[in-house]
Amino acid sequence: MGPFYKMGFFSEQTGFVIALLTGVAFGFWLERAGFGQSRKLALQFYFRDMTVLKVMFTAIVTAMIGLLYFSLFGWIDLSLIYINPTFLWAQIIGGLVLGIGFAIGGYCPGTSVVGAVTGRIDGMIFILGALLGMFVFGEIFPLIENLYTAGAMGNITLPEYFNISSGIIAFIILFAAVGMFVGGEWLEKKFGEEEA
Amino acid sequence: MKESKFMSPYVAGVGLGLTMLAAFMLMGRGLGASGAMMRFDVWLLNMFASTHTASNAYFAKYAANPLSNWLVFEIIGVMIGGFLSGALAGRLKFVIGKGPRISNRNRLYFALGGGIIMGMGARLARGCTSGLALTGGATLSLGGWVFMLCVFAGAYATAWFVRKQWI
Repeated sequence: MGPFYKMGFFSEQTGFVIALLTGVAFGFWLERAGFGQSRKLALQFYFRDMTVLKVMFTAIVTAMIGLLYFSLFGWIDLSLIYINPTFLWAQIIGGLVLGIGFAIGGYCPGTSVVGAVTGRIDGMIFILGALLGMFVFGEIFPLIENLYTAGAMGNITLPEYFNISSGIIAFIILFAAVGMFVGGEWLEKKFGEEEA
Repeated sequence: MKESKFMSPYVAGVGLGLTMLAAFMLMGRGLGASGAMMRFDVWLLNMFASTHTASNAYFAKYAANPLSNWLVFEIIGVMIGGFLSGALAGRLKFVIGKGPRISNRNRLYFALGGGIIMGMGARLARGCTSGLALTGGATLSLGGWVFMLCVFAGAYATAWFVRKQWI
């Protein structure tokens, strides 16, 4: 039963090898989808190329349903899976700021790495910027520490917060995702370019 | 070599989802990117000003062996995987990605500025599109979903002001 690492099936060193291989797959799919190219990513925000939305939600739905079924089959102990802790206000403000940076910079951290290794100069410069921004964040951290911890709610999940079973939440997300895919295809037909 | 077309977003999305599922099954955790950048930052700082990193409450979290970390190895993998895919598709070339109405130079200023803003946002939110939106999305984390909606809101709200850069 998984997760194997937390069950003590292998060492941290083996974990690093798995990390490397996981990363290879991650980078491969990102590049395949066209996520090394800032303009393709940014056109999402003009409803001209909805690839970001399609890839993200397909990935989320795939992994989410996988986790739920693996748990149902008794293959994985979900209580040992890392749940991103919620700091509501930090994540609302941080998300807005990150979104502004996304529209201006054209990348997010993961995609900028893929852009940079495929020769995209704007991706390389973006990484420099991100490193600089994180350095600045560390320097001003004492001033914004209160915001950083604002809205602390622990490792809470949507099913826990709304008190609805995870199956139903998953079904709602699946339904919403399919709706967005249909909407996305329609938007691309309406606003999209001929094969960007 | 002619550039091949991109893969169907749904196929790439399933591939990405299965990669994430494998990470959960093997390691009990999802993907990430910005954490590795933070660690690289602290590693650099350690070389020049190790007392400073130790005394700053935020840098200190990462100060011990900053590069000996899961995410750092993962992001090295991302470099390899992205390069391989680009090479196989004939998409390796030095270019600046932008719309037709902006100069190269201005595009690079925007890339730098956007990167700085994003770097700060990612640290404040404790993650980026991969580590918080994708991973938190799949595990149904409340913060992950709130963050994801705010990223799209922030980006769509800003898009009009920077439209000359892209369209």
